Amino acid sequence: MKRRSFLSTAAKSVLIPTAMSRMGMSALVPGVSPLAHAMSMLGDTDKVLVLVYLNGGNDGLNTVVPLDQLSNLSAARPDVILPENRLLRLDGTAVGLHPSLGAFKDLYDEGRLQIIQNVGYPEPDFSHFRSTDIWMSGSDSDQIVTNGWTGRYLDREYPDYPIDYPNENAPDPLAIEIGYGQSLLFQGPVGNMGMVIRDPEYFYELIENEESTVPDTPAGDRLAHVRLMARQSQQYGAVVVEAAERVTNQRDYPAENYLAEQLKVVSRLIAGGLQTRLYLVSYGGFDTHDSQVEPGDHTQGTHAYLLEQVSEAIGAFMQDLDHLGTADRVMGMTFSEFGRRINSNASVGTDHGTAAPMFLFGNHVAGGVIGNNPVIPSSVSYDDNLEMEYDFRSVYSSIFEQWFCLSPQQVSDLMLGSYDTLAVTSSDQCGVTSTTRTFADKPQLSLAPNPAVQSTTIRFSSTGGVVEISLFDLAGKLIKTFTKAHYPEGDHTLSVSLSGLPSGQYAVIWRQERFRANAFLIKH
Amino acid sequence: MKHTERLRDRPQWVLDHIAAQRTVDTAEPIAMAPRMMPPPASLDPYTGTMTDGHIAHLLRRTLFGFTMEDLRHFRGQSLSQILDTLFQEQTVPEEPVNDYVDSGQGESDPQVAYGESWVNHTYDGDWESGRTVSYKVWWLRQMLEQPRSIHMRMHFFLHHILVTQSWDTFYGKLSYRYWKTLFDHCFSDYRSLMKAITKDAAMLGYLNGNQNSKEAPDENYARELQELFCIGKGPDAAYTEADVQMAAKVLTGWKTSWPEAEVGFGAWDHDTSDKTFSAFYGGHTIRGRVGQAGAEETDELIDMILDNDEAAAYLARRLYQFFVFPEISEEVERDIIQPLAVVIRDNDFQLAAALKVLLASEHFMLNEVRGAIIKSPVDHIVGAFKVLEVDWSAGDDLHYRFVRNRALLWNMSDGGMEIGDPPSVSGWPAHYQAPLYDQAWINTTTVVRRALDTDSLLYWGLWSPVENYFADYLAYARTLDNPQDPNALIADTAMLIYGIAIDAETSTRLKDILLSGQSTDDYWTIAWLEYIADPDDEMKRSLVVNRLRYLLQIMFQSGEYHLG
Repeated sequence: MKRRSFLSTAAKSVLIPTAMSRMGMSALVPGVSPLAHAMSMLGDTDKVLVLVYLNGGNDGLNTVVPLDQLSNLSAARPDVILPENRLLRLDGTAVGLHPSLGAFKDLYDEGRLQIIQNVGYPEPDFSHFRSTDIWMSGSDSDQIVTNGWTGRYLDREYPDYPIDYPNENAPDPLAIEIGYGQSLLFQGPVGNMGMVIRDPEYFYELIENEESTVPDTPAGDRLAHVRLMARQSQQYGAVVVEAAERVTNQRDYPAENYLAEQLKVVSRLIAGGLQTRLYLVSYGGFDTHDSQVEPGDHTQGTHAYLLEQVSEAIGAFMQDLDHLGTADRVMGMTFSEFGRRINSNASVGTDHGTAAPMFLFGNHVAGGVIGNNPVIPSSVSYDDNLEMEYDFRSVYSSIFEQWFCLSPQQVSDLMLGSYDTLAVTSSDQCGVTSTTRTFADKPQLSLAPNPAVQSTTIRFSSTGGVVEISLFDLAGKLIKTFTKAHYPEGDHTLSVSLSGLPSGQYAVIWRQERFRANAFLIKH
Repeated sequence: MKHTERLRDRPQWVLDHIAAQRTVDTAEPIAMAPRMMPPPASLDPYTGTMTDGHIAHLLRRTLFGFTMEDLRHFRGQSLSQILDTLFQEQTVPEEPVNDYVDSGQGESDPQVAYGESWVNHTYDGDWESGRTVSYKVWWLRQMLEQPRSIHMRMHFFLHHILVTQSWDTFYGKLSYRYWKTLFDHCFSDYRSLMKAITKDAAMLGYLNGNQNSKEAPDENYARELQELFCIGKGPDAAYTEADVQMAAKVLTGWKTSWPEAEVGFGAWDHDTSDKTFSAFYGGHTIRGRVGQAGAEETDELIDMILDNDEAAAYLARRLYQFFVFPEISEEVERDIIQPLAVVIRDNDFQLAAALKVLLASEHFMLNEVRGAIIKSPVDHIVGAFKVLEVDWSAGDDLHYRFVRNRALLWNMSDGGMEIGDPPSVSGWPAHYQAPLYDQAWINTTTVVRRALDTDSLLYWGLWSPVENYFADYLAYARTLDNPQDPNALIADTAMLIYGIAIDAETSTRLKDILLSGQSTDDYWTIAWLEYIADPDDEMKRSLVVNRLRYLLQIMFQSGEYHLG
């Protein structure tokens, strides 16, 4: 149900054991396969989306500068205009990046950064709070939605959350926010689907204690919330620390860069094996009403500092992902509640505006620049704002469609409406799980004897790392986990007891990182 | 003012600190689908008995923490007598002094002698971070040392609405003046407060009033004046973008001198045209005035805005959300907010008078309102310190005290609340962000941190660079009426630190802990009485300590502790 082409992925890694021929192929009929169900119980995407929130309203016109509009732009915003000869021109476009965005330029040249121009929404709101809400919830300008677009996605994927979570099939936090607050983004229709982490190495154990019944009052609501957070802190906290501890060889990140610190944690947790799909990091200070630039040198000042931090942080993040072999699984997206006015103001700054560019980054983004340069009139008044070219929900919808592989119907359900999609990935990411590190051969998994009576021996391979092998019945119910442990690179055997197991057919599922293999087992 | 230079002056740690403080902010107060909501009851005075539970509820919402001694003080008084005491203005505290220089390291502030007040001293880039921290630590101390008056909490409420950020101001004198402006107006009318804060130097800097020029109006203050300070964005808040622009024109001309930072009206930069507002403001026109008379337009603007019925309703909502419950149901809007708005108007915008009516009401005393706001980081730390008899003083050495108390400021900052620096102009999200509201204070990180805080107080000391803070749990137990009775000990502790009453089952479970699994109450009673009779006996003391401390650890780790 979740990945539209699940079986085409599965077919690449599923080994068909000899016992298969005796069982017939019916178990592998697409769509209704019990095995497919069993596999889907494991969580069926290893893709990660990292959301980078630029808090305050980033000035798009000084971030992605329309080179064919410079003369009108100079007239409209003389106090903040960037010198043309300092802009980082992107080949084959009429676009120049802010001089602080060197690392972005490199990523762009590598095809790992994509720019979407003039993203906004109809009837723009100029309030930080309202507009942030709109961006995080994916609502219309005049519509109040008290949950986040990504929160709705997680709610759809994990419908009963937080009841009985974490569990065998979803042992990790569903979403992680680095920092302090619990934003609207991961708020689902029922509860908040996110976990807040500041330090992944830190875990403090609470005393286990019996709990009284929660009273049916507003205080009771709060008590339930506190207890849930306490419980999750213990359950997920241990998981997160464990994941972080597995990763000790990260690349260097720029010092004194708060965004880099956050992204370093994200990279660490991804490489540490968390199945978490969504991360949120935030960086503030973009509300540049004043002192956006240095009066004497417009390439310096608050905005230049902020963009440099963002660019270097994301550049270092991508290098670290490359180094840790996780880059193919990760896509990132920046967003901000609005762009800024075309006109500069008297405080060497810019006031709240409307549409602005967004950046997508990752190995599989389509790259290039989507959209046209904004047209700056020859005479701009204070109230003039940029026209939106793409609705921000088109970008979200595209990510759902092309990265998380949802069907058009599923996307429009989540987005509360249907939006045109744009090409945000370079190739089809939904058919095949691409890999950077691969097994020399196919992953090995076999059982002997099979059929078995009292016990069987599992032969399997490992690339070096944690291998998990579990037994499922054909309804997809987890029967038991045989092992979840670190195995050095090479082939291994594991003898397992089958005593007490009712006679019948089962699936043995092997997992390592994003690889899966399965074999059928017949118990007599 | 040369804002750029000021920015550059800030040490790197300040910039990092500011960056680390920025949190995601979203949403303004909006009604949302209710989960559990208090029924409206009414704004009529509560006429029932004032039990200990009622007094504790009132003190939890009006003070920063309270002790058994505070509760005992009010026992036997009527609600209106208690409120009369709580609504007495507190005297102006002594000004913060230079405690930030480390004279042992040879530091000195050339402008201000060690131990002297720094609040009138001109900007000095080398010492503004010291003064700013000194200001915040001093503010925290005012909360720890408050008398039995609502003054500091009312002040904190105003800080939540009329936000500036002291790290943005980065000028101790201005931060203190901002603080004092709020303090002086806690019991006066909101009109005069708005007129004062609009011309406050910290505010003019924070929301760009200084840069609001007749050639290039800056809408920042004009927008927040309506959206956050006076009208809000409720369904009936129908001011327009044009109103924001007109208000910005009215407000042109206010300037702050540099570096003295005195505020004056610069008629040369004032837009003297007539400013006509939308139908929301009755199509009112503020006549453009030349010369110093231009300053009068600002007061006319504030009067015009507050004269709109939506203003009193907005302020009633803010009072309600801060002191009673963060979410407003339709029934509460109708039966509490709208009548309270009338009280505000009838009292010519004296918010304290309206708040007194609200706190005296049947509605406030409802069981459903009790414990229905999760404690903020300040309530957590200050509350735990007071009830656990923690000694936060540090002798006569001012800098030593500064360093020791500063650790608490950073602790609260880590918990998500650094006083003087809300994450954005809309304040802390716990007060406005649906649907979590106050629940946002508690997440998987903070719930553990808070447990670590109270465990630290009870066992190894809450960290400070110079001398950790310790709970004096034996002194705490001695403040109770009947510490020798395990039932009373547990019931009173629950009343003091929990927002709701505990059930019999929980009480029994806690008693099992205190009695180490024994079933006879006397074991504790005897142990306690023997300890009291011979407090220096190590053995007798440790018998009591080992049980009492673990009981408190468990009670402070419980979810109920976070209910305020």
